[in-house]
Amino acid sequence: MTVTRVLEPWMMEPLERFVSEADARLTLIMTPAGQVLAQYGFTRAVDVMSAAALGAAIASSTQEMAGLLGERNFKALNHQGVRHGIFLAEMENPRGRLLALVVYGPETLAGLVQLFFEELARDLEQACPNVKPTEPVLSADFERELNNSLASLFGR
Amino acid sequence: MSEYLRNALDGVTRIRGVRGALVVHADDGMVVADSLMESVRGNAVAALAAGIALRFGNAALSTGVGSPHFLHLQATGGTLIIVPGPTGVLVVVIGDKELNVGLARLEMLRVAEVVR
Repeated sequence: MTVTRVLEPWMMEPLERFVSEADARLTLIMTPAGQVLAQYGFTRAVDVMSAAALGAAIASSTQEMAGLLGERNFKALNHQGVRHGIFLAEMENPRGRLLALVVYGPETLAGLVQLFFEELARDLEQACPNVKPTEPVLSADFERELNNSLASLFGR
Repeated sequence: MSEYLRNALDGVTRIRGVRGALVVHADDGMVVADSLMESVRGNAVAALAAGIALRFGNAALSTGVGSPHFLHLQATGGTLIIVPGPTGVLVVVIGDKELNVGLARLEMLRVAEVVR
């Protein structure tokens, strides 16, 4: 059974609604640095870590490309294959900028994913509780926090 | 938008009761060209119409009746019409309940011919 896992409960409902409406196969919500906040469809931690790192790297590269072209940023990036497509887009949230990486199949359309992504961004913005000041991540804590995040995301 | 496509869409939007007409890429649900009233969200109509066309197409194929030539959805507040074109595009019209569907279909087929 495919399950949705979130680090913070307020993300659960918007993410589940998005996955259901957009017919997404896999979804990751993460920070631009690649820290995963929520996931749907992944079954192995190693896949989540790889996808998050690659997604964050792609977003960072396109950000630089946008800069070269005099754009502030690109809104969304879409790659369409025969059996799978990936959609990568960023959204503003009271917690800061977030990235969504969505993998979809031929049962849905890029336009639908994009449409429901816009709703996801709005829903997450509304659902987000009051912002608490973020503490700097120390390298000493990093591995522990990463392990805690992965444990939460995989229900261990 | 190309002049010929704009003219073709204008032919559809001139029909009484039409709120908007779009040419949509069937593979991804993105707008190719549109002529819409301000209140109509083009990208939403395009994506949802293409989603409907995809699902109806799959259903029709699996029942062995071939691919649909014309989709007409009548709702309480209006009408959605989809005509699949020959080159992977959909011509989509959103209109009022009183829309003359036959006339709209004729004009939509003209748009599909233009896109060919």
